[in-house]
Amino acid sequence: MEKEFEILDHTADVGIIAYGASVNQAFANAAKGLFSLITELDSIEELFQRDIELVAPDRESLLVEWLNELIYLFDVENVVFKRFDITELNDTRLKARSYGEKVDSSKHKLKMGVKAATYHMLKVDKTNGCKVQVLFDI
Amino acid sequence: MPAPWQGVVNKIDDYRWQIPPSYKTGMSVPGLIFASESMLSHIWQEQVFQQVANVAFLPGIVSYSLAMPDIHWGYGFPIGGVAATRIEDGVISPGGVGFDINCGVRLLRTNLTEEEVRPKIEPLVAELFINVPSGLGSEGKIRVSEKELDEVLVKGSRWALERGYGEADDIAVTEESGCLNGANPNKVSIKAKKRGIPQLGTLGSGNHFLEVEVVDEIYDRDAATAMGINDTGQVLLLIHTGSRGFGHEVCSDYVRLLGEAVKRYGISLPDRQLACAPVNSPEGQSYLQAMACAANYAWTNRQCIAHWARESFVKVFGKSQRELGMKQVYDVCHNIAKVEEHTVDGKKHTLCVHRKGATRAFPAGHPDVPEVYRGIGQPVLIPGDMGRCSYVALGTETAMKETFGSTCHGAGRIQSRSAAKRSLRGADVARTLAAKGITVKTGSISSLAEEASEAYKNVDEVVEVTHKAGISRKVVRAIPMGVIKG
Repeated sequence: MEKEFEILDHTADVGIIAYGASVNQAFANAAKGLFSLITELDSIEELFQRDIELVAPDRESLLVEWLNELIYLFDVENVVFKRFDITELNDTRLKARSYGEKVDSSKHKLKMGVKAATYHMLKVDKTNGCKVQVLFDI
Repeated sequence: MPAPWQGVVNKIDDYRWQIPPSYKTGMSVPGLIFASESMLSHIWQEQVFQQVANVAFLPGIVSYSLAMPDIHWGYGFPIGGVAATRIEDGVISPGGVGFDINCGVRLLRTNLTEEEVRPKIEPLVAELFINVPSGLGSEGKIRVSEKELDEVLVKGSRWALERGYGEADDIAVTEESGCLNGANPNKVSIKAKKRGIPQLGTLGSGNHFLEVEVVDEIYDRDAATAMGINDTGQVLLLIHTGSRGFGHEVCSDYVRLLGEAVKRYGISLPDRQLACAPVNSPEGQSYLQAMACAANYAWTNRQCIAHWARESFVKVFGKSQRELGMKQVYDVCHNIAKVEEHTVDGKKHTLCVHRKGATRAFPAGHPDVPEVYRGIGQPVLIPGDMGRCSYVALGTETAMKETFGSTCHGAGRIQSRSAAKRSLRGADVARTLAAKGITVKTGSISSLAEEASEAYKNVDEVVEVTHKAGISRKVVRAIPMGVIKG
């Protein structure tokens, strides 16, 4: 299988580079990368789904908004996701369905608190499929 | 990794280094870095200088884009960055405060000595761990309604005090008396409030901690005495936390909003995370009002946590709080923007001072220094990593003249979290600390490696630079005995 994402080293924080044949897939893999920082993806079961709809001024902002929405859901609703279908995506609008479950401390080992996705070093590169880069505040 | 920085740094003296505005077109002031020559070699490897230069782009920035010796690569602003902008034509940048708004430190003294605490350190740390909710996903013991949260946001520390958390004296020895004026809950999103409600009264994770420590050096006995620190061997308690998910959401909301304002006001920036708006614009004012809410949330948080920490000491030592003498020494912000009066080129200016990973360091006689400390200057609390030590210092006139009354905030990272985890195991870190006489309790043993001493600069060197450069002066050093890591 092609590499979905990799972790980017940063002195204080942690970044993600995610890949995909399409922007949709790269955005989905970035979300996977985010949850891989929070817990082991393998420990998450797909017990429920959640629809998200977002608008933002441009594609880069959309990536930040998308990841921040997931951080928000983890923080407030205590949920972790492992699979993401980006069903609609253009420069300013995203629709997605995310699959996961409620955090259960007996099976999910929480690894890292992610405060937010930032605009620093943010990239959405569409040459040769799609590669996106984002830095999180830890 | 980005490439090492190729610009030019001019040496001013052993502790001051300047990045000339010619380095990058768009810099309206030079960069000024406080560091020793040996520290520079590390800073050089990072994008820190680039970030210091980028901050010099902010409209209305005055004098310098400043960097304290604990500086390291952040996002937008460097961590350890200070920038002051003119109120009339300058900007406010949420990225210049950071996501953890009013992340800060509170120090309590005790009458206890190392001999009394050492035999009980295990039960004490265990009790603190039970009493103070910490770690990822933890929820607070306080349940507030949305309406009550609004009161927290407006009142700050006083809200906690009114509900029996802490002592009346705590307020006077808290920066801004634990309440930043101008807080307006209407400028805060529902999402921020939803994140804030369950997390009030929690320590959090990452680099947040509670530390029982023992005084091992006193550099200025009179100043130490004024803070209730009388001798080596005395036990202190240090609390490091901030505004939790509430502050993170406020920052995210306003980086987004001000990112759009940048276009409206025709501001050109080298990094989108520096998003800003004129201080006097509706957007800028809204951010300041929301930021004040987050600052007040953080003070309430530390006020409640200090209360539970005091209760833990009372329980473990079987003495009253009065007998234990658990008075608050001071409480400082490390991430904040403040409207302050400063003299620049002989003229008084009202400035918006951004301190991101930096501490206010006002000198003796300044009206904003609490009355009890007005004769010595404002206490500055500088935690190091959990295996080394932390400092209490004082603000100075030099800081007032050169750094808008600011100094360092801690050790500063040198190693990424993943690099630290690759080279160290959490269990080994705990063993190394135990061998040094430091008891650690954490909800996540694996994350302990991320916060190991090896991941940080030596705080001794950092504080030495601020002391020698004169932007703060050392009073007390303390070494850890017991640590709670979130």
